[in-house]
Amino acid sequence: MFSSFMVNAWLIGSIVAIVAGVLGFFVVMRGSAFAAHAIPNGAFAGAAGANLIGVNPLVGLGVFSLAAALGIAKLSRRGRADAVTALALVLMLALGAAFLSQSTEYEPAIFSLLFGEILGVSASQLWPVIVLGAVCVIAVAVLYRPLLLASIAPEIAAARGLRPERLEVIFLVVLACATTMTVPVVGALLIFTLMIGPPAAARFFSDRALVVMGLSVVIALFTIWGALACSFTTNWPVGFYVGAYSAAWFVIGRLYVAWRRARGPRRRTSVLSETSR
Amino acid sequence: MHYLFEPGFFSSSPVRVAFAIGAVSAIVSAIVGVFTVMRGQSFAGHALSDVATTGGSGAFFFNLSPLVGFLGAGVLGAGAMEAVGVQRLRGRDVATGIVLGFATGLAALFLYLDTTKSATTGVSQQILFGSIFTLDPSTIPLVVVMSVITLGVLAVIFRPLLLSSISPDLAAARGISVRVIGLLFMLALAVAVGLSSIAVGSLLSTALLIGPAATALRLTRNLRSALIVAGALGVAATWVGIILAYDSFYWFTSSQGLPVSFFIVALIFLGYLLSGLPAVRRRTSSPTAAAPTHSLERVAG
Repeated sequence: MFSSFMVNAWLIGSIVAIVAGVLGFFVVMRGSAFAAHAIPNGAFAGAAGANLIGVNPLVGLGVFSLAAALGIAKLSRRGRADAVTALALVLMLALGAAFLSQSTEYEPAIFSLLFGEILGVSASQLWPVIVLGAVCVIAVAVLYRPLLLASIAPEIAAARGLRPERLEVIFLVVLACATTMTVPVVGALLIFTLMIGPPAAARFFSDRALVVMGLSVVIALFTIWGALACSFTTNWPVGFYVGAYSAAWFVIGRLYVAWRRARGPRRRTSVLSETSR
Repeated sequence: MHYLFEPGFFSSSPVRVAFAIGAVSAIVSAIVGVFTVMRGQSFAGHALSDVATTGGSGAFFFNLSPLVGFLGAGVLGAGAMEAVGVQRLRGRDVATGIVLGFATGLAALFLYLDTTKSATTGVSQQILFGSIFTLDPSTIPLVVVMSVITLGVLAVIFRPLLLSSISPDLAAARGISVRVIGLLFMLALAVAVGLSSIAVGSLLSTALLIGPAATALRLTRNLRSALIVAGALGVAATWVGIILAYDSFYWFTSSQGLPVSFFIVALIFLGYLLSGLPAVRRRTSSPTAAAPTHSLERVAG
């Protein structure tokens, strides 16, 4: 289980889990789950396009995820954010379909961009992930306070001179950065699941923002480690275990809250729990 | 005439099937889509198409009819989203994400098992895009009947649905059970999306559900015209897209043509962008320019 090719998988899985846990906290708080699904899922089209014109797929991924982030932020000022996100996603997928129809690339390449090939990560792929992952985490650390305020109480944030729309753009760009780094190694579906399940579950166990964020990283780490171990022993895909464990954590969180409510009245409600449940 | 319609266009049976099934899917999707966009459930509408497609790959593994897989998974997914979700918008968003994440995990498993069971190719491409030209013609009548039933359900709950979409509080005050109406709508959405996913693929399912509806809600000021405009836009984009895709086989000398889904989505997206142009918006928000907030889009947003 710890043979040489698995070591890279453990390493990269842990990095991705940390980034997803930190970013996912804000994805869940801000209700940007759809954008977190659309950007990685649509960005694969960029890789297909880059492949077609003979450029490094990372460049295509970066360009497409950035364009998606900026496009969604721009268009949703004038229209409904969720409808705009859906349209951006289908446009990117349609472009991907067009690129693929013109290229000679075959099925397994698409499969790996969607579901990832975490077990086939090479050492040279580690560095871009580490660097971009660090950039994302540092960006969130710098933006932590304004982003939290704008997520919980946009009106107060605006009154304090913050600009929620600008924060939204910056946040989506950070999301795009995380996408570019993770899609080639773990796939679009896995990163989305890790960004939703663990943070959503973590909110059930605490009302304090930093604790929730820490818990969400811990849960994401356990999810990916468990998934890698199970995948190694059963040969079933990693993505299946990540999806199943994320959903299981969420159910456990719901049960925990129900159990606490049954034991007695809730002590207090914080702003965080008000907006998030 | 030959410039637009390449030789053999109308005598080709797959093309005629695509025209018919595309129009049915476009109309049903547009009508359900208007409510979906108004209620802010675009994410659920998209996620259900992925969930339904997971059901399709599961049905392939268990040797069930694809229709059972698509519809069964869609209805289960909708039920799970409603069970997990809360009325509040952000809670719903997360609930949708959890169900979608679990379903895509299952899809990964089914794909893996399918490819080990038999060396099928094209499954993951099918999951991503689907195809309008590969529907088995024998399932068309069933798809049409189920679509009509879905629209019938919507017609029955039309008034309470409209009220609870625009103002849940007002609907509750009038004695409408907002929760039950919401659940009924989710089930109708699941069936509609499942049907269009099997008929035209998950990519076009989302495009036809959201695009024409969002455009129509920007252009019109009352629900009936929004429904009509959305249906017309959907059918127009589908038919023109099919014609362009058919023609595109002759555009390039060496390589293949471009996929139908690309043209349809491009047309839909273009329509949405055009409807947002200031000139268009000004014209549609008159004559009572004093009350632009009454447009359906603003009310729902």
